Amino acid sequence: MSLRIVVCVKYVPDATGDRHFADDLTVDRDDVDGLLSELDEYAVEQALQIADEADDAEITVVTVGPEDAKDALRKALSMGADKAVHVEDDDVHGSDVMATSLVLAKAVEKTGYDLVITGMASTDGVMGVLPAILAERLGVPQVTLLSEVKVEDGVVKGRRDGDAASEQLEASLPALVSVTDQSGEARYPSFKGIMAAKKKPVESLDLSDLDLDAEEVGLEGSWTAVDSADKRPERTAGTIVKDEGEGGKQLAEFLAGQKFI
Amino acid sequence: MAEVLVYVDHVDGAVRKPTLELLTLARRIGEPVAVFLGAGGDAAAAVLGEHGATRVLTAEAAEFGDYLVVPKVDALQAAYDAVSPAAVLVPSSAEGKEIAARLAVRIGSGIITDAVDLEAGDEGPVATQAAFAASYTTKSRVSKGVPVITVKPNSAPVEAAPAAGAVEALPVTFSDAAKGTRVVSRTPRESTGRPELTEAAIVVSGGRGVNGAENFAVIEKLADSLGAAVGASRAAVDAGWYPHSNQVGQTGKSVSPQLYIASGISGAIQHRAGMQTSKTIVAVNKDAEAPIFDLVDYGVVGDLFEVVPQLTAEVESRKG
Ligand SMILES: Cc1cc2nc3c(=O)[nH]c(=O)nc-3n(C[C@H](O)[C@H](O)[C@H](O)COP(=O)(O)OP(=O)(O)OC[C@H]3O[C@@H](n4cnc5c(N)ncnc54)[C@H](O)[C@@H]3O)c2cc1C
Ligand SMILES: Nc1ncnc2c1ncn2[C@@H]1O[C@H](COP(=O)(O)O)[C@@H](O)[C@H]1O
Repeated sequence: MSLRIVVCVKYVPDATGDRHFADDLTVDRDDVDGLLSELDEYAVEQALQIADEADDAEITVVTVGPEDAKDALRKALSMGADKAVHVEDDDVHGSDVMATSLVLAKAVEKTGYDLVITGMASTDGVMGVLPAILAERLGVPQVTLLSEVKVEDGVVKGRRDGDAASEQLEASLPALVSVTDQSGEARYPSFKGIMAAKKKPVESLDLSDLDLDAEEVGLEGSWTAVDSADKRPERTAGTIVKDEGEGGKQLAEFLAGQKFI
Repeated sequence: MAEVLVYVDHVDGAVRKPTLELLTLARRIGEPVAVFLGAGGDAAAAVLGEHGATRVLTAEAAEFGDYLVVPKVDALQAAYDAVSPAAVLVPSSAEGKEIAARLAVRIGSGIITDAVDLEAGDEGPVATQAAFAASYTTKSRVSKGVPVITVKPNSAPVEAAPAAGAVEALPVTFSDAAKGTRVVSRTPRESTGRPELTEAAIVVSGGRGVNGAENFAVIEKLADSLGAAVGASRAAVDAGWYPHSNQVGQTGKSVSPQLYIASGISGAIQHRAGMQTSKTIVAVNKDAEAPIFDLVDYGVVGDLFEVVPQLTAEVESRKG
C-alpha cells in the first residue's frame, strides 16, 4: 500500500522585501515578490525523507493562494514532490486562519492522505496554529512542532522540544505532523528536479470543487476583523559611539541613566 | 459583569508570570475565572486569587501528561461550557496557542494570536498585534463567536487585585481524540537558575560574533551581573554554541523585555522579528554598518570581547 503524504505549503511575501498591508488591510501579495515559505521547505524535506524510507509513497503538495502561489508549488515539485493541488479562487482572498483551514481541510480530504505534513508557522502570518486547527478539522492526531520525525509500521514518531521539556511523541496514521526548522536543512532543487517539475501535474480547484460557499470564507466570511494596520514609527535614532577603550564604561553610563543599573 | 476564562500556564503548580499578566488584561474586559489543569491547583488558587481570579476551576488527570494537547482542549471546553464566558484568554506559548486554536474551532469562534495588548471595545475586546517583524502594529477583533485570544508575555503589568479565588472542581470527560498522540517520554529541561527568556526584564544575547561555545561565558557573565536571561541568534545556535531553547527570533522565542542587549549579532529580519518590540535596545558590534544599529537606543561599535567584559565589571562595581 502506498503511503499518501500531503504537504501543505504557503506562498508568502519575501521577508527581506518591503512587506505591507493592502488597502483592505489584507497582506499585500501582489506588489511584493513572493516565494515558498522557507519554513515549509522543511516540511517538503521531511516528506521526501519519509517517502525515501517507505516502500512506496506519493507526495502531493497543496496550497491555498493566488495565481502566483503556483511558484511555491513548482519549487516543492522541483525538490521532488510528485504532484500538486492549487486551490485558487478570488473568493478566498482575505481569509483568516479559520477560513483558510476550512478550505485546506477540504482540499486535503479530497486529495486523500495517510500523513499530512506542514511547516511550523508561515513566515508572513506567523500564527503557528493552522496545523493544530487542521488536525482538529480532519479529526486525526496532531503530532506537532517536531524537530525529528520518522514513520515506522503505520506509526509516526517524533521529538518535540517544548518550553519545559523535550518529549517523544507517537501516533498511529492517519495523522498530521508539523516540523520545525531544527528538523534538518532542506535540499536545493537539482537541475534535473527543476526540469522534471515542469511535467508534473498541478490540479486546480475552486470553492465549488470543494463544496464550499463564498460566504464561508474570504474577508467577509472570516472569523476575525482587522480594524487598523499602522506602520510602526521608526525608532528614533539612538546614540552610537565608537569604542576607544571606554565603550563598556560609556554603555554602563547609559544603562545607569536609564535606571537599569 | 461577564466572566472571562483565563487558561493558567504553570510549571508543577508554580503559576508562570504571563498568566498573572493575563489576569490584568482579563480584568479590563470582565471578571477573570482561571482554569488550572494538573496537580497543585489549591496552592495556585491563592496566587491566582491575589491577582484577580474570582473562581479557579481545577481538574487533575493523568491524561494531561500522557497525551499531547487534546486532553487540555477537552478540559478548557468543559470550562467554557460551564462558564459561558465573554472571552477566553490563553498565554501565547507554543502549546497555549494550539490549545486555544482547537478550542476556537470547536466553539465556532475566531482566534487572535500573539496579542501584545488588549482593551475593551464596543464590539468586543480589541487586540493589538505586531506584524511583519514588528514593522506594523495592527488592531483586530474576533468577529464570529466568543473571542479566543492568546497574549504574549510582557504585554501587561502584574497587578495585585485581591479576589475570592474560590476553587471549584471541574468535571472533564475526555473525547475520543484525546488519546491520539501519546507522550512516550519526557525529559525536563535543566534549569539554569536564570530567568525564563520570554519573561525576563533584561535579555542579553550573543550571535556569530561570539565565535565559540566557550566564549558564551562572556555573555553569561554580563547576564548574571544584570539578573538577565541569555539569548542567542540562530547563527550561534546552528553552530552548536548555545541551545535552541535560547534562540531569539522568528523560529525561536519572541521576547519583549525592558532591555535587550545584542552582542555580535547583525540584526537580520528574522532575528528582529523576535526582539524588535523590546523597550530599550542596545548593541555591541564591530561593524558600524550592521543593521542592528538601526534599532538601537545605544550602540557601541567595537569588539565585544573588549566592551562586554568592561561593561560587566562596571555593572558589578556599581552594585558595590
Ligand atoms: C526561515 C528563517 C528563520 C530564521 N529564524 C531566525 C531566528 O529565529 N533567529 C535568528 O537569530 N535568526 C534567524 N534566521 C537567520 C537570520 O537570517 C540570520 O542568518 C541570523 O540571525 C544571523 O545571526 P548573527 O547575527 O549572529 O550572525 P551574522 O549575521 O553573521 O552576524 C554576526 C555579527 O557579529 C559581528 N561581530 C563579529 N565578531 C565580532 C566581535 N568580536 N565583536 C563584535 N561584533 C562582532 C559582525 O560584525 C556581524 O554583524 C532565520 C532565517 C530564516 C531563513
Ligand atoms: N494558504 C495556505 N496554503 C497551504 N498551507 C498553508 C497555508 N497557510 C498555512 N499553511 C500551512 O500551515 C502552516 C502554519 O501556518 P500558520 O498557522 O498560518 O502560521 C504553514 O507552515 C503551512 O504548512
